[in-house]
Amino acid sequence: MTSIAAEAAAEPSYLKAGYTLRSWLLTTDHKRIAVLYMISLTAFFFLGGAAAAAVRLNLITPEGAVLTADGYNKAFTIHGVIMVWFFLIPSIPATFGNFMIPLAIGARDLAFPKLNLASWYILILGAAFTIYALVAGGVDTGWTFYTPYSTMFSNTHVVAAIVGVFISGFSSIFTGLNFIVTIHKLRAPGMTWFRLPIFVWSHYATSLILVLATPVLAITLILIAAERLLGIGVFDPALGGDPLLFQHLFWFYSHPAVYIMILPAMGVITELVTTFSRRRVFGYSFVAFASLAIALLSFLVWGHHMFVSGQSMYAGMMFSILSFLVAVPSAIKVYNWTATLYKGQIALDTPMLYAMGFIGLFVVGGLTGLFLASLAIDVHVTDTYFVVAHFHYIMVGATVMGFLGALHYWWPKITGRMYPEWWGRISAAFVFFGFNLTFFPQFILGYLGMPRRYFSYPPEFQVLNVMSSAGASILAVAYLFPFCYLLWSLRYGKIAGPNPWGATGLEWTTSSPPPKHNFPEIPVVTQEAYAYPVAPDGGAHHGGATHHG
Amino acid sequence: MEPTKSVELWPTQLSHHAQQVDWVILSFTALLVVLVLPVFAAMIYFAVKYRRGSKADRSPSASRNVWLETSWSVIPFLLAGVFFVWAASLYFDLFHPPADSLGINVLAKQWMWKFEHPGGQREIDTLHVPVDTPVELTMISEDVIHSLFFPALRIKQDVLPGRYTRLWFKADKVGEYHLHCAEFCGTDHSRMGGSLIVLDPEGYQRWLDHAGTDTSLAAAGEALFRKYGCSGCHGANSSVRAPNLVGVYGSPVPLDGGGTVIADERYIRDSVLYPKKQVAAGYKPIMPTFQGQVSEEDLLKLIAYIRSLS
Amino acid sequence: MAETQLIVHEPFREAAQQREADALGMWVFLATEAMMFGGLFFALIVIRVIHPQGAQEATNELDMWLGGLNSALLLTSSLTTTLAVTAARNGARGFTIGCLLASAALGAAFLCVKGYEYYVDYTKGLIPAVGKPFPIETTGAELFINGYFVSTGLHAIHLFIGICLAIGLATVVWLRRVPLPGRSIVVEMTGRYWHFVDMVWIFLYPVLYLMDRGG
Repeated sequence: MTSIAAEAAAEPSYLKAGYTLRSWLLTTDHKRIAVLYMISLTAFFFLGGAAAAAVRLNLITPEGAVLTADGYNKAFTIHGVIMVWFFLIPSIPATFGNFMIPLAIGARDLAFPKLNLASWYILILGAAFTIYALVAGGVDTGWTFYTPYSTMFSNTHVVAAIVGVFISGFSSIFTGLNFIVTIHKLRAPGMTWFRLPIFVWSHYATSLILVLATPVLAITLILIAAERLLGIGVFDPALGGDPLLFQHLFWFYSHPAVYIMILPAMGVITELVTTFSRRRVFGYSFVAFASLAIALLSFLVWGHHMFVSGQSMYAGMMFSILSFLVAVPSAIKVYNWTATLYKGQIALDTPMLYAMGFIGLFVVGGLTGLFLASLAIDVHVTDTYFVVAHFHYIMVGATVMGFLGALHYWWPKITGRMYPEWWGRISAAFVFFGFNLTFFPQFILGYLGMPRRYFSYPPEFQVLNVMSSAGASILAVAYLFPFCYLLWSLRYGKIAGPNPWGATGLEWTTSSPPPKHNFPEIPVVTQEAYAYPVAPDGGAHHGGATHHG
Repeated sequence: MEPTKSVELWPTQLSHHAQQVDWVILSFTALLVVLVLPVFAAMIYFAVKYRRGSKADRSPSASRNVWLETSWSVIPFLLAGVFFVWAASLYFDLFHPPADSLGINVLAKQWMWKFEHPGGQREIDTLHVPVDTPVELTMISEDVIHSLFFPALRIKQDVLPGRYTRLWFKADKVGEYHLHCAEFCGTDHSRMGGSLIVLDPEGYQRWLDHAGTDTSLAAAGEALFRKYGCSGCHGANSSVRAPNLVGVYGSPVPLDGGGTVIADERYIRDSVLYPKKQVAAGYKPIMPTFQGQVSEEDLLKLIAYIRSLS
Repeated sequence: MAETQLIVHEPFREAAQQREADALGMWVFLATEAMMFGGLFFALIVIRVIHPQGAQEATNELDMWLGGLNSALLLTSSLTTTLAVTAARNGARGFTIGCLLASAALGAAFLCVKGYEYYVDYTKGLIPAVGKPFPIETTGAELFINGYFVSTGLHAIHLFIGICLAIGLATVVWLRRVPLPGRSIVVEMTGRYWHFVDMVWIFLYPVLYLMDRGG
């Protein structure tokens, strides 16, 4: 192990393989492309976050504090569109998946490096259209683009926004395609399917959803554009169309999309829990197959968004029971993570704090999902703040926690530097606290009957709304902390060794940061994943290594 | 009366259904807490006991156990299945209004709710109903999708353009409650709401008399029946061969080319707008379409008239 | 076919691995395309189930003979494409170029017939928003015809891309920028895409023109 890292460290790291802008913008190195994604996604995250701040600020008073009704509608739309398509969907796959999958399976790059770079440019092009729609005057349909409002009634820049989303879809498709081919064909000798880290398994499941669900979104958006621009009636009854057809097509994509966001985070959490308890994951095959089961079931539950839409009663019951079924593989994961801790060597470093926070928030988000799958409860709480709280627990609570956990865990590998541990722990605590203060009151608001997408609301809801907004301001600050100290650590952070956490996994055998071609020689795998305990060489202690990449 | 409170932590229960829904969510929550608390407790306990450097027993243990894993997946699922059945049966009830319901028409448009009582009384954004009486709403939208939401009754239903949807309830407490639009419908979505006012039967009658109108819905429909020329063919003295509409509402109609259909609101609406879609057996498809000529509001009146003939 | 002539590039270790990866990549891409058209097929079938009468009347407006001619054109082009792939594997440059251009020509003929069909549709008033008002009032007819335009339009765009690919590929083979048989994989992948576009039409034709005809 040490020898590979030492040999790798003799080569210049991928960061030193060229310093010009051109060497970054035309790179085909998956690691550099991952860094490009990381920078752009951070920008999108703060843009979407600014819109969220405007929304929360406005809801401090019942009659709307700072925005006009139209301005508010545009703010929550841009928040949703940017966060869903330009942050959450690419978030973990395009950054950590891109960076780590080749390293984790012992490959030199993804199967199609040029396509990988093209995917980034496609995402940026899509974002350009969407941001144009924002600057040119905004969009007010909500991220769901429900017809016939979006096609015939909204006077805003719907087409520019959906063109942006449409284009970004190709980025998802190509990324998913690249991952599938890479995982199938580029595994190092000895790296069998059941020796793959769970992180890779979960990305495989995610990629299946990406390539199979995204095209349905594409066709749906084409139909919206056709109706809006050419008057080809598909969804508007006034033109002979059917508005529910849109909802079926849209949710056929958008429900699996939720699993695109959560599955990679589940993979990250498995890595973190094993590393920081130095234990094999409990029930490896259950956890691996649970990812595939979730991916499969995700295609069969879209109708649970439509219990009050006018679809038939029997369809409602069928989608309800199928949605209950999704809880099973999700529960398996939670139980298995907990069982992994048993008899471990647990260290509560920052990534582990995020992992435990993830489990807590994911459980709350998942169980409130069961409430929503229960028909009579859903009739009351759908389209209220209860739903808003539920999916934020999953998408922000769980996925963003997973993203931040991954960021801290692999930061030494990506940059060669350690982040300041104390600041890391403080921020993790603040994120957890701020998040719960923001979103827990929204469950109550929803049950009390506050509909979502409301610019103004009855005065009895004010206290809970103010609590939520206060939490949002804490959360905003808590997100800024890592941004600052991670930048700081790029220059002043302690030098990280090849394996600062004492983790298994091929990515930890090469130097930090890795050389351009990842490994001096393609490694040969002889062990199962998570073969703890790791031999105490190879710099397996905190910052104890002195290799320099 | 809820709108006067400044904070509330649990919404008013205005119907038996609302109580039932509250029972489902409360007992479901209790079950889930029982299932989840041990997991959280174990997580924290392990994190302390097995913290790095502690002297806990770490003798080797299995890293898998199929029976354990199967049972902790299947048992909670079966327990949760009870709640699936309970919630689904309440949902089933929502689709089956009592036969003696008071029928009220609802027309949604950006951004107002229009309600029409059987006697022709109309109101906007406020709905008066009698207490302890089942009320069935027949709803349609003139533009985009809306959703009529009564938090105190724990029910909502999307209101679609081009298609009737229904909602029924039986309020059991006199008072004033919120109603909202729950499906995003544009600029003033958040202001597309108002009040549900539940009155005792005498109060409701007084309100009907006070809001009185010269013509009931059916009577207004009869006038329209003549105005649009329907009576020219469907009237008793017509020379054109067209179905007589007396008694047709709610009864089965044999169709040209086989099959029958119950003559409900949807069938009558479709027959006016798309007469060739389902032609009654034995008649020629000679009726012209009235698409684009009859407004949704007039359609509801025509239906009320045809209903009054049975 | 000499394996040694195959050109291997990063990140692959050997030719077979690279070939399999390219093939798998193309299959996955075609799976996404199939899902996209699958959404349309789903919508068309749903319309047929919900509005059988309207869909039938709409179907009767479409010319099944022009559609049939187009099916024949595309099937023939699939044959020439298969020949191009075989020729490329054997390093027969001239024949490869000829077959690719033949496929492109057949594809172009398809688009011409399709254009003529659209013109006929225009004179009947079937095209939304322009020309005469829509002739059929039965519910669902207009929706079905709109679905017809979206799906055939999307298919035509795919075919147009295929024609561009075939002509472009013929050009680079002619210029020896794609050496054969060393990079015959490129011809193979283009061929696979072409067959896919063909296949979509083979599904579209019966769903649009043939099902429930008559009455």
